[in-house]
Amino acid sequence: MIGLYHPGSSIVHRTPTLLKLLLLSVGVTAVGLLGQPRQLLVALGVVFVLYIVAGIPPRPAWEQIGPILWILVIVVPLQALFAGWTTAGMMAGRLVVAVAMAALFTLTTTVTAVLEGFQALLHPFRRWIDADRVGLLVALTLRCIPLVAEIVAEVLEARRARGTQGSLLALAVPVVVRSLYAADAIGEALVARGLDD
Amino acid sequence: MTRITFDGVSHSYGDRNVLRDIRLDLSEHRIGVVGANGSGKSTLVRMINGLITPTRGTVTVDGLNVARNAREVRRQVGFIFTNPDNQIVMPTVQEDVAFTLRRRGLSREQVAERTAAALDRFGLSAHADHPAHRLSGGQKQLLALAAVLVAEPKIVVADEPTTLLDARNARRITDLLREMSQQVIVVTHQLDLLAGFDRVVVIEEGEVAFDGAPDSALDAYRELLA
Ligand SMILES: Nc1ncnc2c1ncn2[C@@H]1O[C@H](COP(=O)(O)OP(=O)(O)OP(=O)(O)O)[C@@H](O)[C@H]1O
Ligand SMILES: [Mg+2]
Repeated sequence: MIGLYHPGSSIVHRTPTLLKLLLLSVGVTAVGLLGQPRQLLVALGVVFVLYIVAGIPPRPAWEQIGPILWILVIVVPLQALFAGWTTAGMMAGRLVVAVAMAALFTLTTTVTAVLEGFQALLHPFRRWIDADRVGLLVALTLRCIPLVAEIVAEVLEARRARGTQGSLLALAVPVVVRSLYAADAIGEALVARGLDD
Repeated sequence: MTRITFDGVSHSYGDRNVLRDIRLDLSEHRIGVVGANGSGKSTLVRMINGLITPTRGTVTVDGLNVARNAREVRRQVGFIFTNPDNQIVMPTVQEDVAFTLRRRGLSREQVAERTAAALDRFGLSAHADHPAHRLSGGQKQLLALAAVLVAEPKIVVADEPTTLLDARNARRITDLLREMSQQVIVVTHQLDLLAGFDRVVVIEEGEVAFDGAPDSALDAYRELLA
C-alpha cells in the first residue's frame, strides 16, 4: 500500500485479499500464543519461505522490518533485565514474525484490492454504510500521507532558504494552511472526476 | 463538436465582481483562453463543468444547463488542473486511472483493459504499479490526462496545464491536447502553445476583450499587456 506494493503474480499476490487478511490475523494470533522457541523458529522459517515465494527482494523487505529491529535493540536488554533472556527473546521473536507477516500483506496487496475487500465485507451492511465512500476515505487518507510529507519538506526548505529558525508553531501554521489549500484543490478535482456519481 | 454557450454570465465572489455579462458561443475544435492574472479565466472555464455556478446567467453544454445537470455534464467534460498533484487520488498510477471508471458499471476486465490502453497511449505503462506521487511533474500531468481521457469525455478543459512543466514537457502536453479528437479548451499564459488553435478568447478584467483567430487575438492581447 502507500506505494509499498511490490508487483508480482505469485500465489501470495493472487490469494484473495479477505482470505489473506484472515490468514494474517490468524497468523499473528497464533504467533502470539507460541510458547516454545522452537515453534517460533518454525514460524520464522515459514514466513521466510513465503517471502521467497512472493519474490520480495531483501531491500523492500528490510525497509519494512528493519525499523522494528532498532526498537528491539533497546527494548530486549531492558526486558531481559526484568524477565530473563528467554522471555525477552521470545517477545522479540514474536514481534519480528508478526511485523514480517503484516509487511508481507502490504507488499503483496494493492490499495484497490483492500478497498474491494472492504466493500465485499461491508456489503451486508449496505443499507447503513456506503462501502464505496468508506473505501474512498481510506484511499484518500493513504494518498494524503506523501502529500503532507511533501508539504512539510517544502516548508522546511523555504525556512532554511530564508535562514529562519523558529518554534514548532512557525512550522505548523504554513503546513496546516497549505494542507488546507491542497485539500480544497483535491476536493475540486474529485468532483471534476465524478466523485458524486 | 459540442456547443458550449455562455449567456449573460456574471460572477461575484462575495461582493467582488469578477466576470461581467459574458456571452460566448463555442463550437470550435480547439479553443484558447488567455488574459492577465486575476482576469477571471479560471472562474470562466470552471463553469463549463459546474465546478463554479455563475451568480447570474446560464452556461449550457450540448443544450444542457450546467447548473441543473452538473452530473451529466461532468461525464462529458474532463478537467485538467494546473497542479497534477492535486488531481491524483490513488496511490499507484494504474489505480488512479482506474479510479475514474468506478461506478460506471464496467466489469473488472473492461476496467483493466481500458486502463492499460490509456496508460499505453500516454507512455506510462512501465509505471503502472509505481507510486503516483514519485512520478516527475511531466509524467504526473500525463497521468492526469490519462485519468481524464479513460472516461472518453467529449470535451477536455485544461486550466494552465503546462505552467508547472519544463519547456519540453509543456510542448508534449500541448501537442497531445492539440491532436486530440475531443474538443479542447485550454487556458494558458504560454502564447506560443496556441499555434494551430481555431479560436482564442482574450479575457480582460472579467470581460471578453477580444475573440477571434489566434493570430489577431494574440496581437490584441500583446497590445493589452503593453
Ligand atoms: N474562491 C475565491 N474567493 C474569492 N475570490 C476569488 C476566488 N477565486 C478567485 N478569486 C478572485 O477572482 C478573480 C479572478 O480569479 P481567476 O482565478 O478566475 O483568475 P485567472 O484569470 O484564472 O487568474 P490567473 O491567471 O492568476 O490564474 C481574482 O481577482 C481572484 O483573486
Ligand atoms: Mg487561473
